[in-house]
Amino acid sequence: MNIYCDLFVTFVRIGCLTFGGGYTVLPLLQREVSDGKGWISQAEVIDYYAVGQCLPGMIGVNAAILIGYKVRGKGGAVAAALGFVMPSLLIILLIASLIQNFAGIRIVQSAFAGIRVAVCALIVNAILTMAKKGVVGLTTAVIAAATFIASALLRISPVPLVILAAATGLLLSFIAGRRGRKAGGG
Amino acid sequence: MNIYVRLCMEFAKISVFAIGGGLASLPFLYTLSDKYGWFTHADLANIIAVSESTPGPIGVNMATYVGFTAAGVLGGVLATASYVFPSIIIGVFVARFLEKFKASPYVEAVFYGVRPAVCGLIGAAGFKIMSISLVDMEAYARTGSAADMLKLPAIAMFAVMTVMNHKLKWHPVVYIAIAAAVGIALKL
Repeated sequence: MNIYCDLFVTFVRIGCLTFGGGYTVLPLLQREVSDGKGWISQAEVIDYYAVGQCLPGMIGVNAAILIGYKVRGKGGAVAAALGFVMPSLLIILLIASLIQNFAGIRIVQSAFAGIRVAVCALIVNAILTMAKKGVVGLTTAVIAAATFIASALLRISPVPLVILAAATGLLLSFIAGRRGRKAGGG
Repeated sequence: MNIYVRLCMEFAKISVFAIGGGLASLPFLYTLSDKYGWFTHADLANIIAVSESTPGPIGVNMATYVGFTAAGVLGGVLATASYVFPSIIIGVFVARFLEKFKASPYVEAVFYGVRPAVCGLIGAAGFKIMSISLVDMEAYARTGSAADMLKLPAIAMFAVMTVMNHKLKWHPVVYIAIAAAVGIALKL
């Protein structure tokens, strides 16, 4: 099979098997891309996934793009990304158009009222998981709290908040670096 | 401006600024709801639920669903494409400097600030979902009684599910199925 088709089909399969948050995708990538196809090593998959977490956008999509690029350049990156999102696109378009027809029914509305409560619980747990990695001391706790207040209460849009947070991170490391050099120099 | 052009621009923006995975797009989707009125906050909660319980990464699912709700099938396709396209450009660019990128102290410094901010942003989005799912401000405005403000069955279910989810680590789709059944049984 043509390598582009092969990449596309492999990532269609990975997209179908990914469920919920993107965090289930790492073991899938290892199994399909490394064990199954032997395109890259297990360690490379972990590397690409880690870099994917540090780029804007979706982690799974970023990992797919980096792996596709490694296998067959720019065309490979496009084939992998397209394959990865294709199942979502088709399944969601189908379900969304079906749900539209049933949204007015009382029993469906009750079911969704219940489901919204479950979504609250799932999001609380997603935040707790993220906070374990992201909130590592007083400074980061202050950043998290300040962003929450700015977004939830002051209704500031997320774009300036993300930029501000990135700038704060750079500034803090700059200050820490200067302090470190002073202490080291004597 | 044409709704399709708007969708493309907004999702390209999300692609560049929503850092930390698909769920990080959530606060941006709330902004879209407030800004354009393409869908309500309650619609968005349903979109999250469907996106969590169908195959595919949650970020792509939400983008497709939001695009579809705003502007039909073409809207769904364009929103998803615009969410992915900037990632391809950034990914291909970074792939050439992968070793440098991994070792860069600047990347680490940026993420030291961005990671907790993403927690705060998603927290704010969660707060909005709670304010429609667990609290009924309309009933409170009607009767003025604090007892009508709180949806007690929903709050009890939320407490139980949060603890279960934390302890048991079942797949999200299990909780969503249980919640749908409870919702129907209690006529929520």
